[in-house]
Amino acid sequence: MSIAEKFVAMEYGPAPEDPKEALAWLDHHQRRFGHFINGAWMEPSAGEYFDTADPSTGEKLATVAQGSPTDIDAAVKAARAALPEWQALTPHARARYLYSLARHVQKHSRRLAVLETMDNGKPIRESRDIDIPLVARHFYYHAGWAQLLPQEFPGYTACGVVGQIIPWNFPLLMLAWKIAPALATGNTVILKPAEFTPLTALAFAEICHEIGLPPGVVNIVTGDGSTGEALVKHPDVDKIAFTGSTEVGRAIRSATAQSHKKLSLELGGKSPFIIFEDADLDSAVEGLVDGIWFNQGQVCCAGSRLLMQESIADILIAKIRDRMSTLRAGPPLDKATDIGAIVARVQLDRIQRLVDQGMAEGATCWQPQIQMPSRGFYFPPTLLSNVHPTSIVAQQEIFGPVLAAMTFRTPAEAVELANNTKYGLAACVWSENINVALDVSSQLKAGVVWVNCTNLFDASCGFGGYRESGYGREGGKEGVLEYLEPAWFKTAPPLPAAKSLPPESSGGEIESAASEIDRTVKLYIGGKQARPDSGYSLEVRDSNGQLIGEAPLGNRKDIRNAVEAARKAAGWAKSTAHNRAQILYYMAENLSQRREEIANRLGAAVGKAQAAAEVRSSIERIFSYAAWADKFDGAVHNPPFRNIAIAMNEPVGTVGIVCPNETPLLGFISLVMPALAVGNTVIAVPSEPYPLIAGDLYQLFDTSDLPGGAVNIVTGYISQLLKVLAEHEDVDAIWCFRDEASAVAAKSFSTGNLKQVFTNAGRVIDWFDAEQAEGRWFLQRATQVKNIWVPYGE
Amino acid sequence: MEMQRNRRYGPVNTDIPADDQLQDSQNPHALLAGRPLLSNRGIPLNLDWVRQARVNTSAVERRAQSHVARRTVKKDWQAAWLLRAISCMDLTTLSGDDTDERVRRLCAKARQPIQHDLVQQLGIIDLKIQVAAVCVYHRFVETARRAVEGSSVRVAAVSTGFPAGLSPLPERVAEIRRSVEAGADEIDVVITRAHVFGGRWQELYDEIAAFKQASAPAHMKVILGTGDLLTLRNVARASLVAMMAGADFIKTSTGKETTNATLPVGFVMTRAIREYAQETGMAVGFKPAGGIRTAKQSLDWLALMKEELGDSWMKADMFRFGASGLLNDIERQLEHHVTGRYSASYRHPIA
Repeated sequence: MSIAEKFVAMEYGPAPEDPKEALAWLDHHQRRFGHFINGAWMEPSAGEYFDTADPSTGEKLATVAQGSPTDIDAAVKAARAALPEWQALTPHARARYLYSLARHVQKHSRRLAVLETMDNGKPIRESRDIDIPLVARHFYYHAGWAQLLPQEFPGYTACGVVGQIIPWNFPLLMLAWKIAPALATGNTVILKPAEFTPLTALAFAEICHEIGLPPGVVNIVTGDGSTGEALVKHPDVDKIAFTGSTEVGRAIRSATAQSHKKLSLELGGKSPFIIFEDADLDSAVEGLVDGIWFNQGQVCCAGSRLLMQESIADILIAKIRDRMSTLRAGPPLDKATDIGAIVARVQLDRIQRLVDQGMAEGATCWQPQIQMPSRGFYFPPTLLSNVHPTSIVAQQEIFGPVLAAMTFRTPAEAVELANNTKYGLAACVWSENINVALDVSSQLKAGVVWVNCTNLFDASCGFGGYRESGYGREGGKEGVLEYLEPAWFKTAPPLPAAKSLPPESSGGEIESAASEIDRTVKLYIGGKQARPDSGYSLEVRDSNGQLIGEAPLGNRKDIRNAVEAARKAAGWAKSTAHNRAQILYYMAENLSQRREEIANRLGAAVGKAQAAAEVRSSIERIFSYAAWADKFDGAVHNPPFRNIAIAMNEPVGTVGIVCPNETPLLGFISLVMPALAVGNTVIAVPSEPYPLIAGDLYQLFDTSDLPGGAVNIVTGYISQLLKVLAEHEDVDAIWCFRDEASAVAAKSFSTGNLKQVFTNAGRVIDWFDAEQAEGRWFLQRATQVKNIWVPYGE
Repeated sequence: MEMQRNRRYGPVNTDIPADDQLQDSQNPHALLAGRPLLSNRGIPLNLDWVRQARVNTSAVERRAQSHVARRTVKKDWQAAWLLRAISCMDLTTLSGDDTDERVRRLCAKARQPIQHDLVQQLGIIDLKIQVAAVCVYHRFVETARRAVEGSSVRVAAVSTGFPAGLSPLPERVAEIRRSVEAGADEIDVVITRAHVFGGRWQELYDEIAAFKQASAPAHMKVILGTGDLLTLRNVARASLVAMMAGADFIKTSTGKETTNATLPVGFVMTRAIREYAQETGMAVGFKPAGGIRTAKQSLDWLALMKEELGDSWMKADMFRFGASGLLNDIERQLEHHVTGRYSASYRHPIA
């Protein structure tokens, strides 16, 4: 076609990015890569390799090593060996390494972008303008934390050897999100990139070598799921950080339950994209382009559920279709491609299967008449309308360029539909009315809410989800904490295993003569004293085996009732922090007035001295959390955009708390008060040997104006109640502070809804020592950070 | 829902005689997503529509930012697009020191914007590339008219007390009539920005409608003064009112404001044009003016038109650049395309 003909046609024509340099780099490595272990390339021990290919052509790019358990073991050993020297470095020295990584990522930015696009299939515009700049930004930002570590995180120490497993959708970016905070905090790393996209991780390994990072600090082991499994199960790994599917996240939670491995999970999503009638509709449509048609929709936080206000649904659908018709699908290396290739055949098939299923369930499928490449794994941008919440395409993560559209009538219904999901990663709200936008944002169950924008990311703002979208954050100060532990906690000794009590009381004769105290203690549910469903009681004895009373024997139905009551008391979260503080202060006041009476009763179980000390410390502890209630503030971040990113500390929700044996009153107070102070509602299981404390506690709550249901108490056998509580799908977190076996049980039983787990790992906590038993460490676990991005400008 | 769009703002009375419609449907003014459109005859002022216009500035800026990275044209395609940019150009001189001779020089350049040898090397002799129009003050309309005689170059006159537009309305209307009588094919009028700030949409509408009446049969481009209006919401609302009042084109700026044609403003105005076309079936052209100096910018603007409105808006009928320095940069790029060597501006005849 001549220039004259092109003048008439006015088409874009090809604009390919030259892959020459990236190909030369692959050739330089003979297109064959081993693992990067202890600062050097290593052949896989079993000699097995697999191919990685360009999904837009199907052509093989390189052969990479298949990691075996032996390879993982070698990498873990290298990381362990490197740890002492790495930690002995000054914070400044580590900061310099991170700074150097940032610089070198920038120096090789185009090669990395091209390599990423070839391996993954994403458009070069995205890898060049979004992924790689964010990678560099992440290392710069964390170079800063490395420098500031001792000032900003006093008393904390690194987890140690960290295993990291990342997905194929943002290969190098996810690597940066994992490696940067780990190194900044003094950990050493074994990272396993995704099977489909190992190349940029290997290029990064070379950068580590280039900058002279000490051998063993970063190790890259390639392979498939079995390699990841070997890493997860390796006994000498202190923390696992995983980004990927919720199914695999659940398996990792199970696999690590027996260990002390710290765990952070960034999992799937089915994020709502809410458009109100007063939104700038054309801009909202562009938001969708940046949302569901970014990276072919293979984005965990993709706005895949469109919720439109009914009044604008028709006009909006028309605008979306018009916009879809101007999307360009094509070679990922073309600079004017919007829609690249799907990462692999298996993913393409999965998208098609889900879309077919959605249509079978009544959805209307619309795809624009745009040119699609004839080879490679491509899926056209797709709009499914007539979708209802019951449809599989409204519930399951598709991980493809498929938008499922629904309508709503009122803001309240928008929130209800938005939160009607097992996930809670991200959400978008489009409205020109700041009242509507912020009101809805505050109610959404999501770790990130973008107001009038989509998919903005920055290292300074934590990213991570609520519910089954995982736990832990990446980015921000909260992300740094994921790689740290309190120094005292790391070295705390283990508790002796708790004596297991008889599994079920026969309800036989009670030696009534031995009891001097005639007192009826009940369960406390929804602000009322309740008889146990079982109709049985539990004998409570002092240290000499003398019967000192009976406690109700709670069972699974009592837990069920308690959770329902806690859920109904959600108003507690909405009450003002000042109001919560007042109620906590009042509790301290009332406890103070009844100190002698309570200490006397408690003394029968733990001795007079401890009882008096527990009461004294409890009053002080309640005061502390009353003080904290209106001071555990969020933050306003400064990402490099014209916007404010509001990091709000929100309560986790409904928290199940299994209290320590050894300090029946103080242990209960030390765990329940931080949860309560920030607005959680609680189902507490008190000390197993002395559950009678419940009677004193609920009198305290009743007289202190605590709303019914904010705290519920169920006494009984821990082994039974812990399981029911940890498995309950309407409980958002389980805290368990007993022996090791209990911690393992809490973790194992939590996988159903992937509730957050907070345990003492079976270690001793000195509940009388405020350094250990009070403050931010607990408040951080009682909250989750929601980042609300609000761009501004007129 | 293919073509039958739900009207958002109630029925729109376009009031077009049936035979006119017939004629126009056989020879549509423009196509929007395959739908034939008529030329704009205006509609009664629809205040609901005007007041409901919403623009999120940050979101529009992000769109503009990503637009320039999402689209690019290379090699021969780039040369073709640059030639298209020339053919959509209103080559402009609007200075206090303009003279007849200066205007003649401009017209000579308009007739022959690219040197012969370049035209030959590009293989585009048959395209007969000329700029769309020359744009001058009323005083030079007759000079320009004579100077472009026999070419396809049209004569545009800025009018209505350009650039402030604050002289009395009868004088402004009379100025339009005089320019039309003097032979102007196109009239670029400026609005009273105060009407926008005051939300006096009816007064703005009446003013533009009066301009329109006086302009016929010449084409009327309505300059919104977007650099003065400042907020993008004002730009959207003023765009809608101008179209309702019968604008053939809406134009960003006078070139005299501190900021002139920016891509965010371009997105807002083209989206307004699209919505107006969808609601009324009538097509309005777009002219960014001021601040467009580089070949790269002209490609970004053409791509914006292609993305937001479609290929009909990549032709001089529906799209113009108001520019003076742009042509020279395009010539340098075209020479580079032919020779592979970077060019210098002095190698190309000036306007």
